[in-house]
Amino acid sequence: MMPEISLNVLDVAENSIRAEAKLVQILVTVDPDRDQLTIQIIDDGKGMTEEQVAKVTDPFFTTRTTRKVGLGIPFFKLAAEAAGGSFQIKSVPGDGTEVTAVFGLSNIDRMPLGDISSTIHTLIVYNPQTDFYYRYSYGSSAFELDTRQIKEILGGVPLDTPEVSAYIKEYLEENKSETDGGALI
Amino acid sequence: MKSLEELNAIRNKVRARVDLRSEDENQTRVVVGMATCGIAAGARPVLNALAELVAEKGLKNVAVVQTGCIGLCRFEPIVEVLEPGKETVTYVHMTADKAKEIVETHLIKGQPVIKYTLSAAEK
Repeated sequence: MMPEISLNVLDVAENSIRAEAKLVQILVTVDPDRDQLTIQIIDDGKGMTEEQVAKVTDPFFTTRTTRKVGLGIPFFKLAAEAAGGSFQIKSVPGDGTEVTAVFGLSNIDRMPLGDISSTIHTLIVYNPQTDFYYRYSYGSSAFELDTRQIKEILGGVPLDTPEVSAYIKEYLEENKSETDGGALI
Repeated sequence: MKSLEELNAIRNKVRARVDLRSEDENQTRVVVGMATCGIAAGARPVLNALAELVAEKGLKNVAVVQTGCIGLCRFEPIVEVLEPGKETVTYVHMTADKAKEIVETHLIKGQPVIKYTLSAAEK
């Protein structure tokens, strides 16, 4: 198991990058009224066949050759279902994959969301060839970050330039705490 | 809320200094395993620490990059240092603190930190 949900997000988004996605959308929705935390990871990568989708939650299925087990998706599914939630994957070959995990927000068995800003920062800064759209919402407040917009402003200055990397980290952290008022999630 | 306005100022400030880095042959590559095994074992802070230190020390000839699973899951987090013309050094069970030592001793002074390597762990 992953000790925090943000690490599942990092892991599953890395799958999207390996599936040659050009754009990865990560939507984190905290809904205290419905007592739900919903994570969606939507990519436009190469997608999976129905057969692969059916197998992907099986730990003994993987496409890699360096080891025989693939625990990324099973971990994420287990974390959601153990917390009174649900888990779904939709995929179309050539179109992309959409992973949705819903967690019971107040469920005692829910792992903490953890450092989601660090996950998003890591994805953005070290995968400059992939675009990311991130939206974090808490109740009726929300903020977003779109790397297509950022790259347009930067005009060729790399995302891993120390000042740019630090700015992205601050942007994510400050806007998150303004959005959720510093709630422990 | 922080806006993207500030980014304009940052771009103008750094643009003059940033020479578009090319992937030349003399570059040292520091490769961090970021598959499920690496992430579960704590690779995210290791990757961030390495990248931050390399930037902070101004090591222009070093690129910190990610890779998938290399099949040594029980040794994760794993960091490989690939220097041109030298044997690859594989560091295992990495932490952010060990990363600091590796930047200072291996990447700056050129001496691999033997005690953190795979061959030391296997003994």
